[in-house]
Amino acid sequence: MSEHAAQIDRHYTTTGIDSRKLGFWVLIGSESLFFGSLIATYMVYRGQSTVGPFPHGPDGLLDIPLTSVSTFVLLMSSLAMVLALHAVQVSNRRGALIWLLATALLGAGFLGFQAYEFTHFWHEGLTLDRNLFGASFFILTGFHGAHVAVGVVWLLILMTEAWRHRLPASRALSVEIAGLYWHFVDVVWIVIFTLIYLIE
Amino acid sequence: MDTHAHASGNHAREDHARHPSPKVYVLIGLILTIVTAVEIAVYYIDALNDWSTAIIIPLSMSKFLLVVMFYMHLKFDNRLLTAVFAACGVLAIAVIVSLVILFKVLPYQALG
Repeated sequence: MSEHAAQIDRHYTTTGIDSRKLGFWVLIGSESLFFGSLIATYMVYRGQSTVGPFPHGPDGLLDIPLTSVSTFVLLMSSLAMVLALHAVQVSNRRGALIWLLATALLGAGFLGFQAYEFTHFWHEGLTLDRNLFGASFFILTGFHGAHVAVGVVWLLILMTEAWRHRLPASRALSVEIAGLYWHFVDVVWIVIFTLIYLIE
Repeated sequence: MDTHAHASGNHAREDHARHPSPKVYVLIGLILTIVTAVEIAVYYIDALNDWSTAIIIPLSMSKFLLVVMFYMHLKFDNRLLTAVFAACGVLAIAVIVSLVILFKVLPYQALG
């Protein structure tokens, strides 16, 4: 890198880390605390509902096979995201477009599963104010779904940029930061799927 | 290409050189799928009912770590980023454990 280029590349700090990347990891740290608080609330209220519907048991609401499929969909979206990043890094525009679209579609698919689940629960009588399970479940998974929705919009914006030839390898960090957000949403779901669905 | 784009391009190439290959990404995806399938199998196997929590939690932790290390590149990036994430993660876990003890363990102990 020339001295002049180094001087104007002001995103890099004395830590050797790009300031945008470091800042985004700090944001992910704060998001961890945010979801930690919501998970703590769910854990405290777990098993405290005095009226149904209940999550587990013979008449339990949770549909494990359905949620297993949606979990698989979200995990595969993370794979598609890293393949999109790799495509941008090696200046493979077509690959970037395909994998960014795949990630966005898989994310939208996950949201579809969540919309179906919420609607089903609603018809079964579970609302935000029905019992402690309803309140803590909808708040936790609802905020997670909102994060997925933001991620899908972000991915579609990146896809538009790639379509317009405005996402060269020199802008790979923009895709990497979007990927960090997307993978964080994925790891939060790994925790939620375990604590809410798989552990009775 | 202007000098700024040239400098950023150099950093992109450096990052690319540090990151895993697509084969590794696919292998991690396969492992994540298999571990998820094992978790679900453990949930459904009645004989493992008493042990399901003890089996599922480490499996989920391994999935969490695989995504963070390989897909979020913490294994290959500056350790300061790992420190930032780990510090917040430990604090989040401490909040969860503290609240559960405060509201679900101590009240029952007080009742004897």
